[in-house]
Amino acid sequence: MASVTLEGIRKSYERTEILKGIDLTIEDGSFLSLLGPSGCGKSTLLRIIAGLERQNSGHVRIGDDVVDAVRPSERNLSMVFQSYALYPHLSVADNIAVPLRMRRLSTLQRMPLIRHAVPGTHAVEREIRAEVARTAEQLGLGALMRRKPGQLSGGQRQRVAVGRAMVRQPRAFLLDEPLSNLDAKLRVHMRTEIAQLHRALGTTFIYVTHDQAEAMTMSDKIAVMAEGEILQVGSPDQIYDEPACLRVAEFIGSPKINVLNGVVDDAGSVRLGGRDTGCAATATPGSGVSLGIRPEAIALRAPDAAGLRGRLAHTENLGADVFVHLAVEGCEAPVVVRLSQAEARRTRLGDTVGLGFEPAAARLFAADGRRIAPRVGEVAHV
Amino acid sequence: MSDASLPLAREGVAAPVSRSSRKSKAAATAARSPHQLVATALLLPAGLLMLLLVLGPVAAVLLMSLTDYQLGASGFSFIGFENYAALLDDRVFWKALGNTLAYVAIVVPASVGLGLAVALLIESGRSLRSLYRAVFFVPVMATLIAMAISFEFMLHPQFGLINLMLSALGLPTHAFLSEPALALPTLAAIGVWQMFGFNMVLFLAGLVSIPRHLYEAAELDGARSAWSQFRLVTWPLLGPVTMFVVLISAIRSFQVFDTVHVLTKGGPSKASEVLLYSMYTEGFEFFRSGLAAAIAVVFLAFVLLLTLIKARVIEKRVHY
Repeated sequence: MASVTLEGIRKSYERTEILKGIDLTIEDGSFLSLLGPSGCGKSTLLRIIAGLERQNSGHVRIGDDVVDAVRPSERNLSMVFQSYALYPHLSVADNIAVPLRMRRLSTLQRMPLIRHAVPGTHAVEREIRAEVARTAEQLGLGALMRRKPGQLSGGQRQRVAVGRAMVRQPRAFLLDEPLSNLDAKLRVHMRTEIAQLHRALGTTFIYVTHDQAEAMTMSDKIAVMAEGEILQVGSPDQIYDEPACLRVAEFIGSPKINVLNGVVDDAGSVRLGGRDTGCAATATPGSGVSLGIRPEAIALRAPDAAGLRGRLAHTENLGADVFVHLAVEGCEAPVVVRLSQAEARRTRLGDTVGLGFEPAAARLFAADGRRIAPRVGEVAHV
Repeated sequence: MSDASLPLAREGVAAPVSRSSRKSKAAATAARSPHQLVATALLLPAGLLMLLLVLGPVAAVLLMSLTDYQLGASGFSFIGFENYAALLDDRVFWKALGNTLAYVAIVVPASVGLGLAVALLIESGRSLRSLYRAVFFVPVMATLIAMAISFEFMLHPQFGLINLMLSALGLPTHAFLSEPALALPTLAAIGVWQMFGFNMVLFLAGLVSIPRHLYEAAELDGARSAWSQFRLVTWPLLGPVTMFVVLISAIRSFQVFDTVHVLTKGGPSKASEVLLYSMYTEGFEFFRSGLAAAIAVVFLAFVLLLTLIKARVIEKRVHY
């Protein structure tokens, strides 16, 4: 077990800069997700931690050791690959045993036939088999030990890959989109299993994903990445509630956060299409701001002349929740509001309704996407 | 991709599959006979060609091996297995069979091993890959008869290039093609030279198809040395390719003829007599077609045996 620290990691291929100086500390025993759209450099970063790629500059520290010049096999990390990377010619038991055999048996002791003549092989081999059996039992693979990967389902293969990673106690687990090849139902199930596994093992987990649901449900901390940079590091709550910039706010949350374009007036309050929103921003008067507001933070009410109004253009019924899409004057994208079934029943397509929200629930962003601190202590109402 | 969008995508993929399987089942149960008629009709052209070009001649050879037919003779009579009995008593036949097996035993491991080694070297190198690939593949494309003639000059006892090089290095020179102990190994060396480029290309194709992730997993699992990565990943995953390469090499070296015909004519004193050369001399120099057919049948039996070994025993073990 160990913490993992990244200091100023840069990586480019030819002229393209993939990672633009990554600083990140992953605490010992914590579960950190690297979350970002494809091509943001998260997998490259994981491969640099594993040692499969070499950074152009910066340092990787595992525990107290700088491992920049250490080969992957010596870093004592385990990795679960997106493709699982199981050895197709080996049985489940042999796949899980590989990391132990490679470390505990000499080259001669691994040679076919000759191995039997080398002293000590059988004692070590017995030990290895016992440990493999224990790991397989933990993962519910006991009955599949003799099968080849080709005879397993996606979920079972994934378990074997996890088994191979956990059979030797590594200093940290690296998981590269391990659930993306599974069907949706199994993915939800495996989320729980992986979170439980992390709790049981107490080892550092570094988890790469583009799926915000995976990151939100399993992580202690999420590092949101885009275009080779870390935009924000924080707990799932922090990332969702207090996004550091508009890109994070837009990336996290489904459906997406509503972004309304407003202007700061002379008094410092934000106006949308001439109407006062009740939000106050510490920004120069006359500058444009984006007002981000989550679908569940908006309430529908009777339209009034002073407030924000919209026409109900579309509804999406998801069972427990209903997402209604409102065409709001002065907004290009529809404003999405999350309602309960009971609330939704009171509305009809084509209705004109008023929109209300607590100013405290709105997040303000400058034109360049930076978060603007709200001016505290002001109570307002739309 | 979010959770919500995936099931849709999955269904989109799954639907056509299930639909087509339903269709084929329905087709199987309904209207079986017209389908069978069409299938048979479609098979006919290929079947006829196969009968005409492969099965027919094989049957003819089998029949001919039971006769005393001589090339150009106006009649023949069936003599049962007398040709085979004659072969069993013939010292030259046994010599030819032994030489052929020895030739195969040298050429197969050498050309497979060399092909694999060169493929691994080319694959691990960064520059000039296609140049090396082309250079080593050239002998495969060259006409072997022409190459054999070039080798005849290179191997000439007095002024051949190879002997000149040997004497320049202070080593003893040899009459490679007329010393009984050297004739067959020399032919085998030419066979290896001609064949390993083909094996190399097959191995290169096999190496490319091994997923990179497996090497990375091996590295993380503690396979530090190139050797342990080769043992853990490369060699087992090349299993099917290796099987195919060994089989093709064995069949092709069983067929050795051109170099023997051009360079040694089976000599000196039958030291390089091989099966197909015996068949050629029996059939087209002594005109004993029946006997030549019997040798062809023996040759066919060996090739068939190799194919069966591939199909039955090894295919189960190398495929995963």
